[in-house]
Amino acid sequence: MAKNKTKHTKDGLRKYLRLMISIRQFEDKVFELLARDVIKGASHVYAGQEAVAVGACAAIGEKDYITSTHRGHGHCIARGGKLKFMLAELCGKATGYCRGRGGSMHIADVRAGNLGATGIVGGNIPVGTGAALACKLRGEGQVTLCFFGDGACNNGVFHESLNMAGRWGLPIVYCLENNLYGMSVSVDVACAVQDLYMRSSSYDMPGVPVDGQNVLEVKEAVEKAVGRARAGDGPTLLELKTYRYRGHSRSDPRKYRTKEEEQYWHDRDPITLFEANLLKEELMSEAEIKEVHDDVTKEMAEAEDFALNQSPYPDPKELYEDVYKGWIQGERGLVRIPEN
Amino acid sequence: MAQKFYWEAVKEALREEMLRDPRVFLLGEDIGVYGGAYGATRGLFEEFGPERVRDTAISEAAITGAAVGAAMAGMRPVAEIMYVDFMTIAMDQFANQAAKNRYMFGGKTTVPMVLRSEGGAGRCIAAQHSQSLETWFCHAPGCFVVAPATPADAKGLLKTCIRDENPILFLEHKMLYGEKGEVPDGEFTIPLGVANVTRKGTQCTIVSYSRMANRSLEAAKKMAEKDGIDCEVIDLRCLQPLDIDCVLDSVRKTGKVVLVSEAYRNANIMCEVAMRINEHAFDYLDAPMQRVCGADTPIPMSPTLEDEVIPTAEKICKAVRNLVNHKV
Ligand SMILES: Cc1ncc(C[n+]2csc(CCOP(=O)(O)OP(=O)(O)O)c2C)c(N)n1
Ligand SMILES: [Mg+2]
Repeated sequence: MAKNKTKHTKDGLRKYLRLMISIRQFEDKVFELLARDVIKGASHVYAGQEAVAVGACAAIGEKDYITSTHRGHGHCIARGGKLKFMLAELCGKATGYCRGRGGSMHIADVRAGNLGATGIVGGNIPVGTGAALACKLRGEGQVTLCFFGDGACNNGVFHESLNMAGRWGLPIVYCLENNLYGMSVSVDVACAVQDLYMRSSSYDMPGVPVDGQNVLEVKEAVEKAVGRARAGDGPTLLELKTYRYRGHSRSDPRKYRTKEEEQYWHDRDPITLFEANLLKEELMSEAEIKEVHDDVTKEMAEAEDFALNQSPYPDPKELYEDVYKGWIQGERGLVRIPEN
Repeated sequence: MAQKFYWEAVKEALREEMLRDPRVFLLGEDIGVYGGAYGATRGLFEEFGPERVRDTAISEAAITGAAVGAAMAGMRPVAEIMYVDFMTIAMDQFANQAAKNRYMFGGKTTVPMVLRSEGGAGRCIAAQHSQSLETWFCHAPGCFVVAPATPADAKGLLKTCIRDENPILFLEHKMLYGEKGEVPDGEFTIPLGVANVTRKGTQCTIVSYSRMANRSLEAAKKMAEKDGIDCEVIDLRCLQPLDIDCVLDSVRKTGKVVLVSEAYRNANIMCEVAMRINEHAFDYLDAPMQRVCGADTPIPMSPTLEDEVIPTAEKICKAVRNLVNHKV
């Protein structure tokens, strides 16, 4: 980390730490609430992968876009999402970011340049590509970060999108989060070529493997790719190597992987590593780090109280709102909403 | 005969057909060690190995298209698409290749494949994991659409589908996997295109399929007890081929029809059922036909909203009461 010392302000480092801890605490809470069936449905938690979302989002600006995945809580937090509105959304409450209609799989603060999480694996690779096309057409120097997993890169849309972006030189960074599994199917079982970044060679763009457990390395790699994109030099494919700690779903017994493998990755925990480096480089003290943890714990408790106790469920009367802009379901079909 | 879960019935059909016919093999996402997202292939990987129970990449178009090609080349593939919502990605392979190949090539080939998937709401998993998309596949001549409501039907129909020469969408319901029912052991098949009259009645015909067939039956029982209304309940079981004669016979007797489907109301397969009743039994109708369907909105995650968008026994009762009491 020594070489990065000059590049990062103390505030910056503290912010990355705080965001990573926020994601971890949020996901731990989500897992607990899932187990108690307070959160219904499916939640795919991001614990273990914090450095990827935080490092990557730290490399872009407010006007830029991201697209997310079914494992989207981390991206949403890294992009500035408030824990309380997120937790409310996961609980299906009216106060959530998506008015309780999306839940975990569609979590997003779209107004903050997060074009959303999708339940369709790979579904946002073309959408991110389209956002990048808009960035290029509008000519204001914006870029798009497009997150997706190792599983998603075996869907046809990956090929179609990267080819298009490569040919058109779009300002996009494809952030492939290789956590070694798509549900129970390992990269080994699913992929003909194991080094996924190498696929870039088919699309006239650089492909770069990145240590996804190291937040500063992620940030640096994404910054470089963003720089290329802003300079008009086109897209980049980053393969961020990481690991998901939890099972795919609440009931997943993780029969498809070994305890040893899990331990190997826990020994490379992105938060523990970062904290150790901060201490070693004397950039933060034990007390300062503890303060960050305590701050997040407090925010998380407030978020839980807000989501569980202070937030109503959506009113069924609002069911048909927002299906269309300007039209709504009437007794005999769609009718225009009168303008007032 | 033993009590079995719906998922067990599916698995039993797969297993028996794999034992019976070496050409039968499975492919899909997480169907191996994981045993399928809803557990319907549990144990098959251990029994038949990775050649015949093939875990695939997340490649719905290739899974479906590979089943088409393997079927045309002499195998009997049973592909699994984890959620019917993901059939959007596989749609070209199913609707343009599987369904059309036999006809386009002058009847000189067959595409004997089954595509298993599951649909339906009820688990708060929102707009892209809760849909009932069966109608889309009824709009593709050349393929069949089967949607069993009970464990016994799941077994008997799946075995028939695997032996059939046509491409078939076999649509399970996510809320039924944990339901139990009597399932015959061993050889047991149910022919395609034969509806099941699950309750005899005289005053009103309720037509449905899949999970809603069970809710319709529940509603009919409730009304028989509470309102003294005597409904006939028909579980279509197959949407293509459609046993319209069974429906017409009932309508000619009762003169009243309520059509129940969990799918979006607009252009629902029940519109086709209604049109056929209109064409063939209009004179027997005493009142306008009624429908109870899913709402025309993407399916919301929130439990309070999700409950609103699909038919319940209460909503079915209301429609029947209005009809029988001349309120429509
Ligand atoms: C098109 C599609 N196919 C399958 C699924 C079911 N599914 C949900 S997540 C997942 C694994 C995705 O793997 P990956 O892209 O590596 O992301 P990760 O879950 O590891 O973050 C699968 C198969 C889905 N949601 N969408
Ligand atoms: Mg993965």
